[in-house]
Amino acid sequence: MSEVLFPLPDVGEGLTEAEIVTWKVAVGDTVALNQPLCDIETAKATVELPSPYAGVIVALNGQPGDIIPVGDTLVTFDVAGAAPSASAPAEKKGDAPAREAVLVGYGVATDETVATRQHRRRGAVTPSTPAAPAPASSANGLAPRSTPPVRLYAKQHGIAIDSVRGTGPDGLITRQDVEAAISGVTAPRVSAPSGPSTTTRLSGYELAPWASGPAEERIPVRGVLRSMVDSMTKSAFTAPHAAVWLKVDATKTMELISSLKGRGAFATVRLSPLTVIAMAVCDGARHFPGINSSFDDAANEVVIRRSVNLGIAADTPRGLIVPNIKGADLLDLLSMARALNELVDVARSGTTTLAAMSNTTLTITNVGPMGVDAAMPILPPGTGGIVAVGQVAKTPWVVNDEIVVRHVVELCLSFDHRMIDGATASNFLAHVGRFLNDPAAALLAG
Amino acid sequence: MDEVPMIQLLNPEGERVSNSEYESSLSAAEILGLYRDMAIIRRLCNEATSLQRQGQLALWAPVQGQEAAQIGAGHALLPNDFTFPSYREHGIAWKRGIPPLDWLRLFRGVTMGGWDPLQYRHSNPTIVIGNQALNAVGYAMGIQRDGADEAVMTFFGDGGSSQGDIHEACVFAGVFNAPVVFFIQNNHWAISEPTTRQSRIPLFHRASGYGFPGVRVDGNDVLAVYEVTKRALDNARSGNGPSLIEAFTYRMGAHTTSDDPTRYRLEAELETWRHRDPLERVKSYLVRTHGEPQSTFDEIAADADHMALDLREGLLSLPDPAPLSMFDHVYTEPHPLIEAGRRELIDLGFGGEQ
Repeated sequence: MSEVLFPLPDVGEGLTEAEIVTWKVAVGDTVALNQPLCDIETAKATVELPSPYAGVIVALNGQPGDIIPVGDTLVTFDVAGAAPSASAPAEKKGDAPAREAVLVGYGVATDETVATRQHRRRGAVTPSTPAAPAPASSANGLAPRSTPPVRLYAKQHGIAIDSVRGTGPDGLITRQDVEAAISGVTAPRVSAPSGPSTTTRLSGYELAPWASGPAEERIPVRGVLRSMVDSMTKSAFTAPHAAVWLKVDATKTMELISSLKGRGAFATVRLSPLTVIAMAVCDGARHFPGINSSFDDAANEVVIRRSVNLGIAADTPRGLIVPNIKGADLLDLLSMARALNELVDVARSGTTTLAAMSNTTLTITNVGPMGVDAAMPILPPGTGGIVAVGQVAKTPWVVNDEIVVRHVVELCLSFDHRMIDGATASNFLAHVGRFLNDPAAALLAG
Repeated sequence: MDEVPMIQLLNPEGERVSNSEYESSLSAAEILGLYRDMAIIRRLCNEATSLQRQGQLALWAPVQGQEAAQIGAGHALLPNDFTFPSYREHGIAWKRGIPPLDWLRLFRGVTMGGWDPLQYRHSNPTIVIGNQALNAVGYAMGIQRDGADEAVMTFFGDGGSSQGDIHEACVFAGVFNAPVVFFIQNNHWAISEPTTRQSRIPLFHRASGYGFPGVRVDGNDVLAVYEVTKRALDNARSGNGPSLIEAFTYRMGAHTTSDDPTRYRLEAELETWRHRDPLERVKSYLVRTHGEPQSTFDEIAADADHMALDLREGLLSLPDPAPLSMFDHVYTEPHPLIEAGRRELIDLGFGGEQ
């Protein structure tokens, strides 16, 4: 066994890092010289990396979405019999000066240790800065776009050009924009605003508090956020969405949960309304398989799947991800609880694999814990239905012509109306409702 | 501008077409030789692209799609002619007999040039866009003064044609009737800027403004490129002055390995040009008209694969130059600023054993 390392090369003249987009090989694969290994995205381009060796993949460093510094090991190969001395790429030199990314033009950025170069290139971004949210419109290291007369005009009127929102082509700040700022239409910041000093998160990015953050903050679209941008945009503009709603008396569901909690094997798992709802959704799919379907554009066919890979939308520190439970329709309540617990723990720890997020057939998004009644979700691409679950709240409810207090939850099913008709969607959701209304009976019947 | 007539002798389907001004003078064996040249540079170019992606080259400028333009033009050159390329003329370098490893040394950053221009009569790649045309005209004017019967050819792209240097070069060439051929490979994209946004007229029409002939040739038709270039070079050698050839072609790959063409052009356009592939049409022609067996093409592919492996091995075993050697060939005589730079590098610890 002869192991060689493939450090991430600089594929674009002065780059410092790249994001892994997809792996095209797996550990244990035998690869040929120049066989595609992966796609990476740099600040300049998305490119395919061909294998520098013929051999066996020993290790892949990083998951899709991870940012790898240039020079760090990307792939470890076992090249038994090969002569690594001649073909080993240059090792990263530990004492080499830190690189500076070059994002424009040709040539490398200035190095201040060389006295003959005096100017720092404007477009150059030092590797240490992009991690933090960049202020205002200089997220890319460039000054906001405008023209010299407009800059002068703004300056003469005491307007900071980077506080003005550009409305021209490609965000160009025009004279009118500056005029609007002067007349207070866009209210450029004149004094520090007051507000809470707590930080919040948006799609995996920590936002500075209102009071101390910059006037405008820009977040690079990458990693989990980029996946969300891509999948939501794709889904919203390919699948015609329609939705049905249902309010359900889930009192018996809540009673079932409290009666099982801590008893026997259930003592080892976390039970919640979501556990029972997951069972209900799978049971609904068994009764109305049309809901567990997808649209195959290429073949112009509707694909019905008789196995549920139940996607669970999870709010994680890195943003929204939707891992799924494979073959969820085969699970009993205890197994479902275990599977959900594991899925959530893995998602929170940030170690969800690509495989765990692939081939979802039906999804649940649980917005109830955030304190809202209902949501109309967008389908993950390639799926036919997604059920949003609101909060379970004590509500006045009519039972036998009398108003009583019951635990009520609101469900919303969004569906791809290309192949799922309103009747199927309604029948499915009504079935889920009946399940939650009397879960013991449904589970025993299951 | 696609509708402007151009010289074509072999259409994309591999059928010979007649032209009132030009006819092919090449034998089937010579045409097969040109196919082999094109197949080899395509394969070597792909290897170089892979090597860049593997961290072994700093940059690479792919030639894929422009093989016929370069091999056809390169084939028309005589040994005493002199050529001034940009940085994408790997096919011309091949025809000038420069070892492929030498093309790559510049892109690996281990040399400032790559070969002796006088040995191969092919100048080093010019990275500054369009500058080589001025060098070419200067050299051509030198030939005039020597009274020699040589020609000069210079290569640039549609993007380069927008540069001031090209204009100046054309003005001088026209005024002095210099023996030079300006060879534009109109590959449709100046990095991300389409030709349609660079000129209101077909590029070869510009020649009339300088007072010399201009012609558009199907740049993906190696037979036509050869004949058109041969006549232009003959004219230059025989004192009939400069001319401009616009080889209408397409860059199938990225401008260089540093850009991502999917961000600025559409797949449909690429598909159109895939059907105009310069190699496929020659292969179709040789198979259909001359009964060339598939085994011939398999052998060529195998040869090319072998050469690609040799190229890889040669590149990986190139020694890194000593850091201080970068100062050696800037000026022929000592220069205080260069000396200061050298001393600074030594102070920073890059002096090595020297």
